[in-house]
Amino acid sequence: MSNLQLDQNGQLRHFLSIQGLNRELLTRILDTAESFSTIGAQHVKKVPLLRGKTIVNLFFENSTRTLSTFELAAKRLSADVMNLNVRTSSTQKGESLLDTLRSLEAMHCDMFVVRHSDSGAAYFIARHVPSHVSVINAGDGCHSHPSQAMLDMLTIRRHKGSFPNLRVAIVGDILHSRVARSEIHALATLGTGEIRVIAPRTLLPRNVESLGVHIFHDMRAGLKGVDVVITLRLQRERMEGARLPSEREYFQLYGLTEEKLALARPEAIVMHPGPINRGIEIESAVADGPHSVILEQVSHGIAIRMAVMAMTMQIPVPEAKEAR
Amino acid sequence: MNIPQPVSLNIDALFRNLATGLNQRMAEQERNKPAMIGIHTGGVWVAERLLNQLDNLVSDPLGVLNIAYYRDDFTRIGMHPQVQPSQLPFSVADRHIILVDDVLYTGRTVRAALNEIFDYGRPASVTLAALVERAGRELPIQADVVGHHLDLAPNEQVKLTGPDPLQFSIQYIDPTE
Repeated sequence: MSNLQLDQNGQLRHFLSIQGLNRELLTRILDTAESFSTIGAQHVKKVPLLRGKTIVNLFFENSTRTLSTFELAAKRLSADVMNLNVRTSSTQKGESLLDTLRSLEAMHCDMFVVRHSDSGAAYFIARHVPSHVSVINAGDGCHSHPSQAMLDMLTIRRHKGSFPNLRVAIVGDILHSRVARSEIHALATLGTGEIRVIAPRTLLPRNVESLGVHIFHDMRAGLKGVDVVITLRLQRERMEGARLPSEREYFQLYGLTEEKLALARPEAIVMHPGPINRGIEIESAVADGPHSVILEQVSHGIAIRMAVMAMTMQIPVPEAKEAR
Repeated sequence: MNIPQPVSLNIDALFRNLATGLNQRMAEQERNKPAMIGIHTGGVWVAERLLNQLDNLVSDPLGVLNIAYYRDDFTRIGMHPQVQPSQLPFSVADRHIILVDDVLYTGRTVRAALNEIFDYGRPASVTLAALVERAGRELPIQADVVGHHLDLAPNEQVKLTGPDPLQFSIQYIDPTE
């Protein structure tokens, strides 16, 4: 299933999940994102890479930050961008997803960036698009959010250099978090020394140990000596079924405070995929404090999304200098 | 198959020609305090060495331009895995710019470089310096100062290797390859 992402030369054709991508490819995504890092310093914040290409942001689920960074990334590559508000489109009138896709293909679109509440939606679309169209997963159900994971990897690499000697803790609602799943796969693929998950039993998926993580239910024990703390958003809308007694108790046990953060290494960085529930997952003093790199994550999101868009639309070759 | 041929080009003489030509041109045109930009990678090697031979003409640190994302054949050749970002440690707006490349041939690299420079700002002028130029321009672009003009057959190409030592080789392109 994961081979769907790669062409016959092993290069990125779609970007649907971290699973199925090797360390070399993930590193190339990070390096390509770095190569776009100076474009923001230009007077004209664009490169003409995808000039003439049409990219459709196909968002079946609300998102402000992800949608805006994908849109900005596409525009910085000089692509034409169409944001399709699917909630008010023909799908509400009964038109099937495939019919919507066919209509968009008839408009000669080159890429779909898909966000959907159903796990596997991006894979489904990727299986049904013609060969010249690429699909990027911008978050599907509880399954995968690969570009968020990669922007987090870029943030970690920028601050820590490399992964093998790192101890990384992911705190919170692992069960419902597509970000956590993608991050665990990305951290493992990049050779991270130790990956910890810190969560109550009710917010951990079954067999999470099989992903190669160390489980902690006690946050103080889990934070000891870590280099990176990734706090997850508590999905309030997914808290039915009494998985937690109260948000207040959750904050007491699993909220990141300055006092708990002091157990991590002194130079530890704090991350959060946003939007933050202040006073629930993390206290404001930490979110806005010197260890926080949360706003950098947002900036890196543009570079990572530029990288995966450029890579899926192009075929890499070793030589890029013209004949002399 | 590429057959490296012995090359009689004297690199030191080429740099002397280029430095003398540039000093004269900038003086004649009264282009004060120019900044220099080398095109990655060969142009940067040339620019680094040229900087030391220019009678303190340039005081800013060297700019490095990587035109990979501005090439007109990008959709054919695709992504290069390790593109180093451009670094311009000065504002190009209203500055006199000396743009340096190792070889000027079709003109397409220079076209891409000019486009990228203008995305950083509007320079007062751009002077193009090439260590070697050969015939075969595909765009109306010419160098202002050159170290040497080479006449090559269509199945030959010139390649600069470096940075230390910096030397040219001429290679034959086998059309059957």
